[in-house]
Amino acid sequence: MIEIVVTETIFNPWDAIQTFQQQPEFNAQQSGANAVFVGTMRDFNEGEQVQAMRLEHYPAMTQKHLQQVVDKAVVDWGLNHVLLQHRVGDLIPAEPIVLVAVWSAHRRASFKACRQIMEDLKHQAPFWKQETLKDGTQRWVEKNTAG
Amino acid sequence: MSIKTLFFASLREQVGQSQVQSAWQTGLTAQQLWQQITQTEFPANVLVARNQEYCEADTLLSDGDEVAFFPPVTGG
Repeated sequence: MIEIVVTETIFNPWDAIQTFQQQPEFNAQQSGANAVFVGTMRDFNEGEQVQAMRLEHYPAMTQKHLQQVVDKAVVDWGLNHVLLQHRVGDLIPAEPIVLVAVWSAHRRASFKACRQIMEDLKHQAPFWKQETLKDGTQRWVEKNTAG
Repeated sequence: MSIKTLFFASLREQVGQSQVQSAWQTGLTAQQLWQQITQTEFPANVLVARNQEYCEADTLLSDGDEVAFFPPVTGG
């Protein structure tokens, strides 16, 4: 089962996982491993205090691209289930930006696939962050952190 | 015989437009399309997508294509 959600609304990643696992198609008996990554908005970046952020994206390409990233991980690691959620629009610090949750038979595939999806997303998916600093000035984030 | 061009994030602000409809002609590449619209050289760090898939700057375009130019991505 694969679910990919891009949303302008704040989400609780742990509630999202619970809801996903309650669906009839979710087969818990075959998944001995589950890895989860949650990315959250920081209130600092490159030495500056950040009070808000706007996440812009290219809707038609985002959906298509995330699907490709997830499909590749499913094939590469033999995943049973993937839940991917990504926020867009206006955010404030401590709000979740991204959730990657994967389920597989064994732990290695889950750990590796979760990392792979996250790195592919960060380097290729068409999202752009614009920060509002503490003094009100706005700036585009020009590169990812090293991770 | 037209091409739809989209600009995102800081490029949208630089170019001053989010969407441009322009004429397509045989042999037109993504890079030439950029030059036609912006009247500037194609910058090295700009990414290009053709019909929502990444492509090279010298990719040949077809009539009806949707081309997007954008800066390095920063999601997640």
